Amino acid sequence: MLEINNLHVKLEDEDKAILKGLSLDIQAGSVHAIMGPNGSGKSTLSYVLAGRGGYQVTDGTARLEGEDLLEMEPEERAAAGLFLAFQYPVEIPGVGNMTFLRTAMNAQRKARGEAELSSGDFLKLVRSKAKDLKIDADMLKRPVNVGFSGGEKKRNEILQMAMLEPRMCILDETDSGLDVDAMKLVAEGVNALRSEGRAFLVITHYQRLLDHIKPDVVHIMADGRIIKTGGPELALEVENNGYADILAEVPA
Amino acid sequence: MNAAAAPNTRAGRMAARLAATEDRLSGLVLPAGAGWLARAREAALARVKSMGLPGKRDEYWRFTDPADLMSDAPKPAEVFQITDEPAMFMGVDRLKIVFIDGVFSAKDSDPLDEEGLEVIRLSDVAATDIHWAQELYGTLEAEAQTPVQRPLAALNTARAADGVLIRVTGQVSRPVSLVYQRQRDDAELILHHVIRVESGAQLTLLENGPGAARCSIVTEIDLADDAHLHHVRAMGRDHQRRALTHVFARLGARARFKSFTLAMNGALVRNEAMVWLNGANGVAHLAGAALGDGVFHHDDTVFVTHAAPGCESRQVFKKVLHHGAVGVFQGKILVEQPAQLTDGYQLSQSLLMDDACQFLAKPELEIYADDVKCSHGSTSGEIDADHLFYLRARGVPEDVAKQLLILAFLAEALDEIEDHHLAEDMRLRLKRWLNRHAD
Ligand SMILES: Nc1ncnc2c1ncn2[C@@H]1O[C@H](COP(=O)(O)OP(=O)(O)O)[C@@H](O)[C@H]1O
Ligand SMILES: [Mg+2]
Repeated sequence: MLEINNLHVKLEDEDKAILKGLSLDIQAGSVHAIMGPNGSGKSTLSYVLAGRGGYQVTDGTARLEGEDLLEMEPEERAAAGLFLAFQYPVEIPGVGNMTFLRTAMNAQRKARGEAELSSGDFLKLVRSKAKDLKIDADMLKRPVNVGFSGGEKKRNEILQMAMLEPRMCILDETDSGLDVDAMKLVAEGVNALRSEGRAFLVITHYQRLLDHIKPDVVHIMADGRIIKTGGPELALEVENNGYADILAEVPA
Repeated sequence: MNAAAAPNTRAGRMAARLAATEDRLSGLVLPAGAGWLARAREAALARVKSMGLPGKRDEYWRFTDPADLMSDAPKPAEVFQITDEPAMFMGVDRLKIVFIDGVFSAKDSDPLDEEGLEVIRLSDVAATDIHWAQELYGTLEAEAQTPVQRPLAALNTARAADGVLIRVTGQVSRPVSLVYQRQRDDAELILHHVIRVESGAQLTLLENGPGAARCSIVTEIDLADDAHLHHVRAMGRDHQRRALTHVFARLGARARFKSFTLAMNGALVRNEAMVWLNGANGVAHLAGAALGDGVFHHDDTVFVTHAAPGCESRQVFKKVLHHGAVGVFQGKILVEQPAQLTDGYQLSQSLLMDDACQFLAKPELEIYADDVKCSHGSTSGEIDADHLFYLRARGVPEDVAKQLLILAFLAEALDEIEDHHLAEDMRLRLKRWLNRHAD
């Protein structure tokens, strides 16, 4: 599904390397987790995959089902099935949540040559998905994320994911700022989407989200690289001992 | 010092200005007429001569050069044909009053007798000796000469041969719609309107159309206690057109005045508004959305005076500038000592779509009452890159995402249009304009 090979990324207007030869291979149907200390480049990886400006890829490749992601515009990546649940979802005053969702859905459908969703069908769909995530009608009516609590913003990200049904979902610290109940809701939302044709990359600091979303593979990232890969037990190890031991194993 | 003061002193410059003004206006022939209107015109001309015509070195004109607004003849401006959308306010049931190249056209207008209204053409009133407008014509304009002089408004009072006088006395079932059509490339329009809304009466006033290559429109508005006026204006879209408008509005107790202006294109537009909240608990909202691409200089100059307690005023002016377009905002809220419990708000913002654009702003507050709530803000900037990326990351193409964000930026101004259908119509036109100017 997602194949990243020897990815090197630096800041566009600064001589600062952030990703230093990162490789990942995520198969359809699987859930991969990335854990790592603050500043190791996890969000940068997610941004570069989604196509945010400000970064420069100096080496390596990233392919989504064989297609060169790095050559595509952000909207093309989305239409191709890539989704990033942002670590910090932005507030957009003046743009209604519903207008936004509907515009996004129909734009993706159009890009894929599918028919647009009627407003009736759209409403039905959004209401039922919002209900699952305990997002009330008032939140849907408000401008995108404006006045939302941290947890509401994260749930709104999952709502968008549920609506857009992407094939490759990247969740960047979706659990941060969530209380236990909200985290369960989010995890349920994610688990409901797990399927053969879909893959997840879950970026997190904590084991606790991985109690709810069981990963197949766990990667430890440090200083712009994957330094260790293992099964779910690796997350437990981090939870118990922190990163220090793992970092110490790796030659600088 | 005497009249021959050195030209580089203040007095010397003023003397030179008055002499030049005298010279410029020496051949001016005022519209024919007698009685009170003729006297008002002569008094206005005397005002112009005592103030002198403005220059670009004046503080009040520091961001906008008035030269092209007062040159002898207007620069020609191509008539812009819009073929891909219906005429503005087309679907609205309204009393239409049409001016073509600045001249009232009876055959294009509706009959001027309407329940609850007295409407008369300015040129028809000239013969009447007593008329309700006698106390208003030129009066609010004269009052507006302090604290800042507006000689070009006085010049309009003196020169305007046409316009309408509207008095609202009762229930009016539909809006009055002033339509400024144009045919000639070089026509000049000089109109002066007076609107009086009597106590408890309400009116919606619509204005649209380019009018002429150069326009000067003064509208004097007098709202009695509990009177309401809702003003929605869509200026024409001719690219080379120049326009200077003045709205002078005086509000009585609990009166409400809401004014929204949509401006797309125009080489030079200066819209001045001066509002006096003279009675307790009056409400005045002034808003504007202006969009320009290339040769575009749009100036909103607004002055709101709170003279009575408990009044609310809002100024919301938004501009979207492309390819070197220039936006200007000069806005002031003056809160006089008796105006306790004033609620004043002023916001002026520009969205700069590229580096060549400019937004020049002078927001001011002057407050002499102690128990007031006043806020103002003025910003300019580009489209927020994080907002744009968020939308695109969800699959919204860049041009559509930009359009959504531009409309979001304009929303607070558009929200000042009370009528939902009118607001929706404005949004559609904005979208079409944005589509045409997408890159
Ligand atoms: N736009 C940016 N400008 C400056 N520094 C950045 C930018 N993006 C990332 N960085 C730096 O790159 C490193 C990795 O950041 P980030 O990807 O956010 O890490 P993580 O998500 O793992 O905490 C940090 O040192 C961060 O300060
Ligand atoms: Mg991060």
